[in-house]
Amino acid sequence: MKMDRRSFLSFVIGGAAGTTLSPLPWKLTDDLAIWSQNWPWTPVPEKGEVSYANTTCMLCPGGCGITVRKVGDRAVKIEGTKGHPVNNGGICILGLSGLQLLYGPTRVPSPLRRTGERGENRWQKVSWDEALAWVAEKLADLRGKRLSHTVACISGTDGGTVPRLMERFLTAFGSPNFIRTPSMRDSYEMTLHLMQGAQASIGFDIENADFIVSFGSGILEGWGSPVRMFRANSVWKENGVKVVQIEPRLSNTAAKSDKWLPIHPGTEGALALGLAHVILKESLYRKDFVGTHTSGFDRWSKEVVEEWTPEQVETVTGIDKSTIVDLAKSFANAKKPLAICGRGKGNTAGGIGEFMAVHSLNALMGNINRKGGVWAVPGSDHIHWPEVEMDAVASAGMQQTRIDGAGTDKFMHARHLLHRVPEMISAGDPSLVQALFVLDANPYYTLSDKALLKKAWAKIPFILSFSSFMDETAQNADLILPNHMYLERYEDVPYAEGFNKPFIGLAKPVVSPQFDTLHTGDAILRLAKALGDPVEKAFPWEDYEGCLDDTFGDQWEELQEIGYRVESDFEPGSRNTAFETASRKFEFIPEESKDAAKNVMVKAEGEEPAYPLVLIPYDSPRLASGFIGDPPFMIKTVPDTVLKENDLLVEVHPKTAQSLGISEGKPAVLKTPKGEARVRVHLFEGIMPGLVAMPTGLGHQAYDGYLAGKGINFNDLIGPVEDEVSGLDAAWGIRAKLSRV
Amino acid sequence: MKNEQAKKYGMVIDLDKCTGCGACMVACMAENNVPFKKDETNKLDSITWMRVFQLTNGKSFPETDVCYIPRPCMHCEGEHGHSPCVSVCPATATDYSQQTGIVSQIYTRCFGCRYCMAACPYHARYFNWWDPVWPNGMEKYLNPNVSPRMRGVVEKCSFCFHRYQRAMEKAFLEGRRELEEEEYQTACTQACPAGAIVFGDLNNEKHKIHQIVNPDPAHRGRPKNPKAFRLLERLGTNPKVYYLSSREWVRRAGDNYLPHEGSGKGH
Repeated sequence: MKMDRRSFLSFVIGGAAGTTLSPLPWKLTDDLAIWSQNWPWTPVPEKGEVSYANTTCMLCPGGCGITVRKVGDRAVKIEGTKGHPVNNGGICILGLSGLQLLYGPTRVPSPLRRTGERGENRWQKVSWDEALAWVAEKLADLRGKRLSHTVACISGTDGGTVPRLMERFLTAFGSPNFIRTPSMRDSYEMTLHLMQGAQASIGFDIENADFIVSFGSGILEGWGSPVRMFRANSVWKENGVKVVQIEPRLSNTAAKSDKWLPIHPGTEGALALGLAHVILKESLYRKDFVGTHTSGFDRWSKEVVEEWTPEQVETVTGIDKSTIVDLAKSFANAKKPLAICGRGKGNTAGGIGEFMAVHSLNALMGNINRKGGVWAVPGSDHIHWPEVEMDAVASAGMQQTRIDGAGTDKFMHARHLLHRVPEMISAGDPSLVQALFVLDANPYYTLSDKALLKKAWAKIPFILSFSSFMDETAQNADLILPNHMYLERYEDVPYAEGFNKPFIGLAKPVVSPQFDTLHTGDAILRLAKALGDPVEKAFPWEDYEGCLDDTFGDQWEELQEIGYRVESDFEPGSRNTAFETASRKFEFIPEESKDAAKNVMVKAEGEEPAYPLVLIPYDSPRLASGFIGDPPFMIKTVPDTVLKENDLLVEVHPKTAQSLGISEGKPAVLKTPKGEARVRVHLFEGIMPGLVAMPTGLGHQAYDGYLAGKGINFNDLIGPVEDEVSGLDAAWGIRAKLSRV
Repeated sequence: MKNEQAKKYGMVIDLDKCTGCGACMVACMAENNVPFKKDETNKLDSITWMRVFQLTNGKSFPETDVCYIPRPCMHCEGEHGHSPCVSVCPATATDYSQQTGIVSQIYTRCFGCRYCMAACPYHARYFNWWDPVWPNGMEKYLNPNVSPRMRGVVEKCSFCFHRYQRAMEKAFLEGRRELEEEEYQTACTQACPAGAIVFGDLNNEKHKIHQIVNPDPAHRGRPKNPKAFRLLERLGTNPKVYYLSSREWVRRAGDNYLPHEGSGKGH
């Protein structure tokens, strides 16, 4: 057959038409789609019997009850426990992400001993016996050299059995250096101690308050027990309770409040005293309480009336004096007004002058230990272990000054001053800390003044982390003895932050340990055993569970069944007995901290004109900024106005940005006296001009590829500012310079 | 199913209570095996069945205000079930159920043409540009009630339809044909720590959502509650997700009213 142009075209066109009309291409497309949907690497989750297990979340000090849905032996979902006294069915974004921590690649799979340089992340797997023997050998050596006091432990919590076992271990061993990481808990404990003579935790009867003035507390960012605060906020909305939020940036809390009062950062304490001034001047305080139950009122009120007039406070805070007067009146005229403080999530200690000023406002309204007010909640008293019998080495060690100086003449009322430790270590030669234990904390990330921290870190000969996760501290340790993570272990949670009733939650294993980990309680007991008497005999328990059983005695079974213990009918001490100060009254000016009132404001580090702006941190509920880093689910929810690729965006007012010649999304260099970082700029009308706001919780170097390397760690740009009266770290921000690149 | 009255499942979200915390987003991801990538900052390809957006009133400091608005799939009814996405799907991969009012998504039928994404005015649909990858070990938490999706298909919020199925199966086993209100709740509703989300049957007068929204059947379910509104009401998509806000600027933003227009509802 001859192939001419005509027959060729007929063949091609006819063929194309025929193929199109036939089912073949459609069949092929369909087959292709089905084939591509059946690739074996798309996982098919295994089925199994469904069950639910209750436990307590330990990812923050909130103390929420959680219910884990299980399929077979797999945990597939975390939900809030209905009817739980703290969170009643609600759950936060971090609590929901817990299973990514349980099964994620950030877990430390077994004891690891460093082989490369510190921080190089090169490890050798070792057995538990080997690892514990190595630690015991180091400890025995130090004790033999009478250097027992150079062993220190940084712990994220205290009060529960595990931190108490650690503290007990140090006592029997001979070291006073058990140091809790800083938070607003420090300042509130000290406030209660100084003004009320109470050894107690702060509790807020928030559900019953009817007018809230928050001095920068991130009620909806994670302050206190987060889910409880979210729930309370909804109750307030339903009942028409007014919330006034005082902070320089329009946070989630400010956006949800009835009134947002932008204030010059760091002057919140002055505003509190300004409000007190109006209340005193107008005689709006509760005379019954102030008259009979307080001491030092005349002197304090004279000072406040003289020094903190609305005019002066306006100059300092930037808040209009008529607004100050109106706010003071609304506050004082409410039935159950409540003033709270502790910036953001309360992850920093803050200045004691500010806390006492805010607490004085509550005292003026007589709402101490009263419905809708501030309660002193006694610490949990479930631990009654026999006193440690110390030998000569231990006694000598315990008599040494704590490395952080807490409890010394200078810092008489401070219990923990972690921010001082890097400086002390750097100054000493040889290092005042020869061995450092880290428990439920990530100081390598959370401590500020990184240059000093790194210098101190390098001087500590031996660093041991008990972390379940490869966090920054673990990555820069010499040995990791991974704890079971909270869903795999028993542990008592001795309080729920800010909860107004004595509460103990119990974490219970909902799945068996996924890796070769060991409960830190057991690790401590085994270390004690390895050291022999006298340390060993301070621990009369076979194992940690035996210790828990013994500690809770006949309540252990009930606690296991219910999962928590709460004194629901708890009433704060009657006012005649509640104040354990020398005067048996509420002290407006405690003798030991006479200067606190003069110290209500702490200056930020750095000077103009080198640093014309002020950098402040902000907390977000979507960014975990404590010792746990954001799991992948959470980092996914972070808006692209906060994080874009690996760049962090700082918030700046459009006018400020304009004056610097920087526009939306553009790169810039942020410089502070403590560090420098490349950032991008996000213009935001919800921030005071002259400020730069930066999210906390980013800039991790450790964990996994879902978190590491994203953004900047705020702690790299700031250093501690010591409160002169309390010794606590009162830094709330730092002066900064932002320049375009 | 003659003895069953048709249901119309819907949601009402109280924007006065919503704190923007993002718990609903993560509850949804955990419940529905939503995948994640190392970089999720390109929000166009970041799969979030439930996403919390931020609205601003556009005013300058200090009058500026923001409001968070969670956006699941609106499960539009349109007119007689002709929701925008269902109408355009050439593969019948998405369908409007007259029984429950839920817009389904059948992954194995979807061949990835993405017409539905173009048609959806709420950007509630997401395309799997990549195969899902869970880091080693993390597949362990996957929920067997929801199949993980593969590259090349569109996915979206299902109102946790598997929870409906589970609840119905349980009810049938117990000889019932009707569900109690709390028996079927979506993961986001259950998780919301602020209690801002209410889920239930809009046709059932006993359900909270019906009482809150008070839908007007004469006007395609438009809310009679003056605080309530639906997103882009004027498009006539007839969504089943309602919002509550006491702030007028929020309600106006919900329907993209131009400055010179009234709010269209007489309030």
